[in-house]
Amino acid sequence: MFSHFLQWLEATPPAVAISESSWLFPGIESVHVLAITLVVGSISMVDLRLLGVSLRERPAGELIAEVLPWTWLSFAAAVCSGALLFSSSATKYWGTVPFRAKMVLLVLAGINMAVFHATTYRSVAIWGTRTETPRAAKISGGVSLALWIGVVAFGRWIGFV
Amino acid sequence: MLDDFNDWLSATPASLLIQKVFWIIPIVQIVHILAISVVFASMAMFDLRLLGVAGTRHSIASLFRRFMPWLWGALVVLAVSGSILIVGEPKRALGNPAFLAKMCMLATAIAVTLSIRAVLKRDLADGGTDLAPAHFTAARILGLMSLVLWVGIVVAGRLIAYAG
Repeated sequence: MFSHFLQWLEATPPAVAISESSWLFPGIESVHVLAITLVVGSISMVDLRLLGVSLRERPAGELIAEVLPWTWLSFAAAVCSGALLFSSSATKYWGTVPFRAKMVLLVLAGINMAVFHATTYRSVAIWGTRTETPRAAKISGGVSLALWIGVVAFGRWIGFV
Repeated sequence: MLDDFNDWLSATPASLLIQKVFWIIPIVQIVHILAISVVFASMAMFDLRLLGVAGTRHSIASLFRRFMPWLWGALVVLAVSGSILIVGEPKRALGNPAFLAKMCMLATAIAVTLSIRAVLKRDLADGGTDLAPAHFTAARILGLMSLVLWVGIVVAGRLIAYAG
C-alpha cells in the first residue's frame, strides 16, 4: 500500500522532471542546504540561550519570539525542497537507514519543542530574564541541539548511500 | 602544473590516511555544514538588520558585537575542515569551477564585512553610539552584497560535488 504511494509519487510530473534533469536536483538541493543552515543556525541560537551558554543578557522569551518565525520560515522551505528531492527517488530513499533515522530525529525534535512550549515556556516571563536558566530549559535546549546535529549528520549521510 | 600538485598532495601520508579511513570525510563534511549553519544564520541576521528587515530594535553595533565572534570562530572551523577535505580529495576541489567561485565569493564577503567593521568603528570612535545615519545607505548596500555572497558561497559549495 505504502510502496504503491511511493511509486505513484515517483511518477508524478515534478518527480520525473527532477530525476531526468541534470540541474534541477543540484538546484533544489542547494535551496535545501540553505534552508537547513538557517533552521539549524537560528534554532541553535535559542538552544544556546536555553543552555545558558550565550546571549545570557537577552530575555529568553524575547529572543525566542524574535528568532522562531525565521526558523519556521526556513523550516517550511526545507520541507518543500526536501519533499521534492525525496519524490525524485522516493522508493530508494525510503529504504535507507539514514533517511529513516533523520525522520525519526525530526519527529523527536518536534516533540521536544512541543513539550517545552507546553511546560517550561509557559513561565518564561519569570525565568527568562535571569542569566541562569532552569534545569528543564537546559534539558530542552541540549536535547534540541543534539537532535538537530543528528538531523544534519543523517541528512549528509543520505547523500552517500 | 595543477595536476602535478594534485598528484603530489594525493600521495602525501595525510591524504592517504584520509582516503583510507572511510569515515573521516563524512564526519568532516558534517562539521563543515554545522559551521556553515553558524556563519550563514549569524550573517543573515546581521545583514537583515543592516537592510532594516529584521531585529531593528537592536543597534547595529550591538548585533555586530554579538555575531562577529561566531563568524570568525566558525570561519576558522570551516578553514580547517575545508582544508582536510581538500587534502583528502584534491582533484575534487582544486581547479573545480564551483570551488574557485566559492573562494572568490568568500574573499569578497570577508572584504565586505571588514568594510562594514571599518565604517562602524570610525562612527563609534567619532563619539556615536551606533552607525551614523549618513552611512545607512552604504550599510544597506554592503548588507545586501554580504547576503547575496553568502547565499552564493553555500550554493557553490554544494555544487562542487557536481561541477568536478
